[in-house]
Amino acid sequence: MTLISMTVREALRDAMAEEIRRDETVFLMGEEVAEYNGAYKVSQGLLDEFGPKRIVDTPITEHGFAGLGVGAAFGGLRPIIEFMTFNFSMQAMDQIINSAAKTLYMSGGQMGCPIVFRGPNGAASRVGAQHSHCFASLYAHCPGLKVISPYSAGDAKALLKAAIRDPNPVIFLENELLYGQHFDDVSDDPDHVLPIGKALVRREGKDVTLTAFSIMVGKALQAADLLAEQGIEAEVIDLRTIRPLDTETIVQSVKKTNRIVSIEESWPFAGIGSEIAALMMEQAFDYLDAPLIRVTGADVPMPYAANLEHLALPQVETIVEAAKTACYRTPS
Amino acid sequence: MPNAISKDEALKAYHEMLLIRRFEERAGQLYGMGLIAGFCHLYSGQEAVVVGIQSILKPQDTVITAYRDHGHMLACEMDPKGVMAELTGRSGGYSKGKGGSMHMFSREKNFFGGHGIVGAQVPIGTGLAFAHKYKEDGGVCITYMGDGAANQGQVYESYNMASLWKLPVVYVVENNHYGMGTSVERSSAGPNYYGRGQGWGIPGELVDGMELLKVKEAARRAVDYARSGKGPYILEMDTYRYRGHSMSDPAKYRSKEEVEGVKEKRDPIDHFRTYMLKTLKIPEDQIKDIEEEIKTVVLEAVEFAKTSPEPDPSELYTDVLKEGENV
Ligand SMILES: Cc1ncc(C[n+]2csc(CCOP(=O)(O)OP(=O)(O)O)c2C)c(N)n1
Ligand SMILES: [Mg+2]
Repeated sequence: MTLISMTVREALRDAMAEEIRRDETVFLMGEEVAEYNGAYKVSQGLLDEFGPKRIVDTPITEHGFAGLGVGAAFGGLRPIIEFMTFNFSMQAMDQIINSAAKTLYMSGGQMGCPIVFRGPNGAASRVGAQHSHCFASLYAHCPGLKVISPYSAGDAKALLKAAIRDPNPVIFLENELLYGQHFDDVSDDPDHVLPIGKALVRREGKDVTLTAFSIMVGKALQAADLLAEQGIEAEVIDLRTIRPLDTETIVQSVKKTNRIVSIEESWPFAGIGSEIAALMMEQAFDYLDAPLIRVTGADVPMPYAANLEHLALPQVETIVEAAKTACYRTPS
Repeated sequence: MPNAISKDEALKAYHEMLLIRRFEERAGQLYGMGLIAGFCHLYSGQEAVVVGIQSILKPQDTVITAYRDHGHMLACEMDPKGVMAELTGRSGGYSKGKGGSMHMFSREKNFFGGHGIVGAQVPIGTGLAFAHKYKEDGGVCITYMGDGAANQGQVYESYNMASLWKLPVVYVVENNHYGMGTSVERSSAGPNYYGRGQGWGIPGELVDGMELLKVKEAARRAVDYARSGKGPYILEMDTYRYRGHSMSDPAKYRSKEEVEGVKEKRDPIDHFRTYMLKTLKIPEDQIKDIEEEIKTVVLEAVEFAKTSPEPDPSELYTDVLKEGENV
């Protein structure tokens, strides 16, 4: 296996192409996925290679095609359902939660729903309140779903492949601002998949643990660089999967650092940080030297104005300050 | 036979259509300069639809649409300065800069948005009509949607309720033949939107949305019908958008010839200008005066939108909930 450099966008496309090639029951469906090559060009070239049976453009009917995907999965296929952005999955949430997530249980284990719902999640840039929603905590709330939110291109590829092969409904949260970013960590082996539910320590450190996922991993790594200049060695954990959460890796890190800051772009209330805080109380209480600090987006709908949007989202400086507070250093 | 429109009405309609066209051109420029960001959907080409319909409404009537909303707001006589300043995200904008291009409202002008989720405005418009009927205020709600939006399930849930309860709502399907990169032929089985209320007994009409007078005439029939208590009405407007779906869409799914052909043969503003000159015999000078005036109005809007300050940082946490209880 060699590691090659590519963008997250290309990695996602390759993951889908390899799985569609490998398994004839896999198909991609969504708005503008075929002839337009994806609203964000993630499915570039797939229609050319696989034709309209496997790459299907839909009308703008999210609730309809999400439900259709669930039915197709019950019927033996493995749909990849793209939401142009996850904001529009809100139209389809009933089918995702009530039908996809709960049916295995309600059928006493008979049914099963191997389906992937994927698309860009969270804030892009200046697109306002209705187009900037992060769904990590909302979907992670639901038993019966797996929720993945990768940062690097290599993880995006290997985890999307794992999601497609998984026998369960998987919510795969991408990030538009990461699509164009290059990473050198992409495997060219079509059989390389990563296990769902495993976090990655992206930087080792002894003083404070920073947990993050998706685009916030990049910000956490930048913050760690700045903290190092000030003599604080931060350990950065890329959660990669939100549900099931790799609690073990977080606890191991906290046993070493005794301090933890959780970072996410979404709202604080009942967010991923709240869950991690609760888990640390339950599983790492004796190792904590300071209360967990949550860095989150502002508790408001996303504003459009440039200055307010900047204030609404976690910035590198916010993370640095939070880490210093956790380490009882005076703020700069 | 008397003319279908008086000279004064014609001049007003021309003024509004041209204002929208010039406003959108400037908005496009400001986007290119980085002063407007995110999604920005221009209305150029579709002006006759909204201007024709708005021209026959009464003050108590309400209006709702999706994100391609600048034209609707200007036709509702919202201030171009406030609209442009919202596009630049400044405190002088209709939503204090917090909404942006897709999310703008004016209680004063009975404009209820400005919605970013395709199709979501349709049940909301139906609810506005429910309120008109409930309050017996004689109002009608005009609910605009695109050809793409017309495939959302909630549209049909709305049609059923509106017809069941005889709600005063006119559904206007602005069929500009594309929803993003998907032509109606590829998105809609039997793309005749005006007939889609048949099962619920809702009358519908196909209208040439590039002809102001035809729009006006059909709108009068539809609004009269809804206002008289007979229930909802559907108008399908055959129209065309000149620009890409949003500022980031190069629109490669349609040919240059197709776009140029519509601009040349069916442009709503050119057509109406000719009508004013030839049929209404309005002197060209009078028309040119309007054109000059609009230049100034739009430039002032741009200037305002550039100089209006950004919202105060404290605005980040305002307007999430209303203050107080039982008020
Ligand atoms: C529920 C939902 N799905 C998808 C989108 C993305 N989207 C925005 S506009 C659009 C096309 C809508 O086309 P149409 O209704 O014909 O209106 P037009 O843009 O032509 O005015 C799409 C798919 C969205 N905003 N909301
Ligand atoms: Mg359209």
